[in-house]
Amino acid sequence: MKRPVRVIPALLIHKGGLYKTVQFAKPQYVGDPMNAVRVFNDKEADELLIFDIDASAEGRGPNFDLLREVATEAFMPVCYGGGVRSVRDFDDAFAAGIEKVAVNSAALTRPDLIESAAQRFGSQSVAASIDVARRRRSWSVQTGRGRHDAKLDPVVLAKRYESAGAGEILLQSVDRDGTGEGYDLALISGVASAVAVPVIALGGAGGVDDFRNALLAGAAGVAAGSHFVFHGRRRAVLISYLSAEGRASLE
Amino acid sequence: MIGVVGYGLGNVHSIANMLRRIGQDVAICDTAKGIRECDRLILPGVGAFDAGVQQLNASGLRDCLEEAVGAGTPILGICLGMQLLGTRSDEGVERGLGFINAESTRLNTPDGLPLPHMGWNWVQPKPESGLFAADDGVPRFYFLHSYALRCSDDSIVTATATYGDTFVCAVASGNVYGVQFHPEKSHRFGMQVLRRFAQLS
Repeated sequence: MKRPVRVIPALLIHKGGLYKTVQFAKPQYVGDPMNAVRVFNDKEADELLIFDIDASAEGRGPNFDLLREVATEAFMPVCYGGGVRSVRDFDDAFAAGIEKVAVNSAALTRPDLIESAAQRFGSQSVAASIDVARRRRSWSVQTGRGRHDAKLDPVVLAKRYESAGAGEILLQSVDRDGTGEGYDLALISGVASAVAVPVIALGGAGGVDDFRNALLAGAAGVAAGSHFVFHGRRRAVLISYLSAEGRASLE
Repeated sequence: MIGVVGYGLGNVHSIANMLRRIGQDVAICDTAKGIRECDRLILPGVGAFDAGVQQLNASGLRDCLEEAVGAGTPILGICLGMQLLGTRSDEGVERGLGFINAESTRLNTPDGLPLPHMGWNWVQPKPESGLFAADDGVPRFYFLHSYALRCSDDSIVTATATYGDTFVCAVASGNVYGVQFHPEKSHRFGMQVLRRFAQLS
């Protein structure tokens, strides 16, 4: 069934501010997260993806005050990931007004988390986030924001998450992150062809052509971080979104 | 003053935020007195029908809502809020507000489309009806629901959408309006609908 195209700005929260990384390293300050939400409101982004990239490493859960603020301010649905470790975290995030919650590392250490959350809240609200790096001719799932190789096949993991009840897979390429070199299309088509749930691609978008290629490769939606917050080779901060013409060219 | 009925369900702050953004005076009303001071009302809501009715009954606001709407105050139901404006729902056993002659039934999804219907979708408004106008083109909105209104009288239907099958996504009957989608999560399209509701004479 044809649906409107999903093009999703991805915002990374680090030390309370908005940052962007390159291959999950070299965080560069972008600005205040609430300001970015307001700008994306003005630019009429259809959805937002917000990741707290410190939460897991710091052993803490989500910042629910921030989530409440974001959910009140945003004129579009929001998916949040970062430090989600329990069904209670899901509950609190939904209570804060967030529409969808993503789990990453906790889904690996607590195999029944996705299943429990999906049963309680419904699959549609539960997303599984998978970070992937190229390893010679294949791929391997990474955890700890790219610091640890879990030595798992992303296709196998995506299928496992789908069976557990995840309603969506957020598939992020560590290698392409922040490079603007295009999505890892082979990775996308490998995972998308293996599962029936939507796969959202993230990592490497440099322009509308990249969005189109990722959708053709089987992504149900395309997310982008750097592409929407930086402009030009010197990565000057300038928040942008898809134009009407850009959207029309994808639909 | 637009009153967003605070009976415990739905993201009242998000709705109030969008109303303020379009320049409206808005108050979140959780008392009968607050509701009486408003010249139009919004009834939000998410979740299951029976929980919605029970929450509304427990809030003590049901009577003054019935009074206000009976006196002609325009009211806009959003998502579950719209379903509560009807008489009943297949989803539960409780009695709806009955402001419109409609009941809620589960979306029919042939070809195994997953429920709930969640995400953006295009809407087909009846031209120049209720909260839609001809120059809207084909608007789209954010949806999150498994049930939809079925109206005895088709003339109150002001917009439909398609998810597998076509279903009712907006109604207008006298001073009673309803939308199945979330205008507060549908940026400019939602603002347009709320603006028209605010500007009703």
